[in-house]
Amino acid sequence: MQKTFKVTAESGIHARPATMLVQTASKFDSDIQLEYNGKKVNLKSIMGVMSLGIPQGAQITISAEGSDAADAINALTETLAKEGLAE
Amino acid sequence: MKRLQGIAASNGIAIAKAYRLEHPDLTVEKQTIENPAEHVRRFQQALAKSKEELEAIRAHALKELGEDKAAIFSAHLLVLSDPELVQAVEQKIEQERVNAEFALHDVTSMFIAMFEAMDNEYMKERAADIRDVTKRVLAHLLGVTISNPSMITEEVIIVAEDLTPSDTAQLNRKYVKGFTTDIGGRTSHSAIMARSMEIPAVVGTKEATAAIQNGDVVIIDGLDGEVIINPTEETIAQYEQKRATFAAQKAEWAKLVHEQTTTKDGHHVELAANIGTPNDVEGVLANGAEGIGLYRTEFLYMGRNELPTEEEQFEAYKTVLEKMEGKPVVVRTLDIGGDKELPYLDLPKEMNPFLGFRAVRLCLNMQDMFRTQLRALLRASVYGNLKVMFPMIATLDEFRQAKAVLLEEKEKLVAEGVAVSDHIEVGMMVEIPAAAVLADQFAKEVDFFSIGTNDLIQYTMAADRMNERVSYLYQPYNPAILRLIYNVIEAAHKEGKWVGMCGEMAGEELAVPILLAFGLDEFSMSATSILRVRSQLKKLSKQEAERVKDHILSLATAEEVVRFVKETFQ
Repeated sequence: MQKTFKVTAESGIHARPATMLVQTASKFDSDIQLEYNGKKVNLKSIMGVMSLGIPQGAQITISAEGSDAADAINALTETLAKEGLAE
Repeated sequence: MKRLQGIAASNGIAIAKAYRLEHPDLTVEKQTIENPAEHVRRFQQALAKSKEELEAIRAHALKELGEDKAAIFSAHLLVLSDPELVQAVEQKIEQERVNAEFALHDVTSMFIAMFEAMDNEYMKERAADIRDVTKRVLAHLLGVTISNPSMITEEVIIVAEDLTPSDTAQLNRKYVKGFTTDIGGRTSHSAIMARSMEIPAVVGTKEATAAIQNGDVVIIDGLDGEVIINPTEETIAQYEQKRATFAAQKAEWAKLVHEQTTTKDGHHVELAANIGTPNDVEGVLANGAEGIGLYRTEFLYMGRNELPTEEEQFEAYKTVLEKMEGKPVVVRTLDIGGDKELPYLDLPKEMNPFLGFRAVRLCLNMQDMFRTQLRALLRASVYGNLKVMFPMIATLDEFRQAKAVLLEEKEKLVAEGVAVSDHIEVGMMVEIPAAAVLADQFAKEVDFFSIGTNDLIQYTMAADRMNERVSYLYQPYNPAILRLIYNVIEAAHKEGKWVGMCGEMAGEELAVPILLAFGLDEFSMSATSILRVRSQLKKLSKQEAERVKDHILSLATAEEVVRFVKETFQ
């Protein structure tokens, strides 16, 4: 399953937000991917996420596959909303 | 006794025994192996040990240095848990049958290169993080111990080639009294950490590690950038005195951080700071500056191979404006040329670079580059109180042209629907005598002046400030200079405009009463001078200073001015 977001944070997804997302994703067994601008990275990889250099206004897609995929997507949606990163 | 000269990175005086922070040789050789499973296991063990250590360092940093500094180590821990990294190393060991050390080195080098290639300063710094983390894991794989400064139990001066973030986080402030390094500058990581830990440091000595042995007595003079090795009793006594004097002064100045700058007779002037990068803002706020009087934007352009993008510049300007929370921020547009070169612009060598194609002259010619900077500034303007200033203006026409380009870009942005502040003041540097003499005409069109004394003096006296043989002509107190400064201030005030000064002179003890007498509105200096000048201004009276203004302006030589000011104000 997957879900698309629009990044609202002014400085995009940089250091701290990236750390939060990776920490959240790492709690789940599912295989979780983050896609931006045609590039797909492992959302459990801090270096992968930061290498995308996601700016404000970007369309990003998070997809998860595995036993806890739905929970993972929900948790990540919550992190994005709570941190004011994307909607 | 031996003396080393370095860069004063964090002020204060420290005297203690030397502790050399050794970094073991972590050179890696490629080996073909038979037992990949064993190497994967060793790699995993090294990772686990490194994580354990980093957790301890992080907890320590959190307690001693606060959440901001500890966050570095949370990021380091995530790097060690990064599946892309871990899997890549394991795969390399298994598929290419190479030793764990080499696989780790190879994979991390690739990530480091990737981050270093990004055109974002923040990302570039992440390369250093990866390098730092890799060292720790490698040390475990190689079975060598890295120095563990958190185990120090007596007062020491740390001596190192350079200090990494994890080195500095392990330093216990109770025992570490100061440090000195071979490499680094005022804005390197080690210097920034020293200032945040408030311990004296001298960096960039080139030879500290070669000259200092464990147990040598060392004096770190973070005020003048000196390191003294095995000093005599007499020298120690002299520096203990210097340390006591500095401590007493600092305590007095610290009380003034949140105060306004007001003279004895209730006149307010603004004390602002000069900065080069967004990182400097921390020091600006810690020293109670009322604004930024000069943001030198050329550092964004230096030490790289291509022009910074609009986005990169926008981020830098926005960061500074936001951190200053509405306090004025005067940004000087690109001042390159003269002694500051940009190799990638490939400009021809000049006979007289200081009189040549530089600053606004260059920007008006290379308009694409200029417009990129102005757009970044205009976009950032909504995040604070931005003032834009053009350097090296000689004629009114140059100012009009530069301002017209700014307004054109503003209109374009507004047409694109981008928010731009309507309250951006546009001013100019006064550093060319022609502009100082004609200040009354300029004053009708600018919003403010900022006097750049370093260049104004060199151009007025026709003396290259880099040339030691004519350095005696660098005379800030020459009446010719003072009359020009006074002329600029008077001309601006007649038109209801304000005048700042962002050269070295604004922070000089002897100059402060003269500038106050002349009516200078804003004094901009290095952040660490602010509290000293605020303390000085509180003891001065504007009315009293004004009374001697005409006399100062009537004197004939710099010596006469210096003698008179010393007699009158000290």
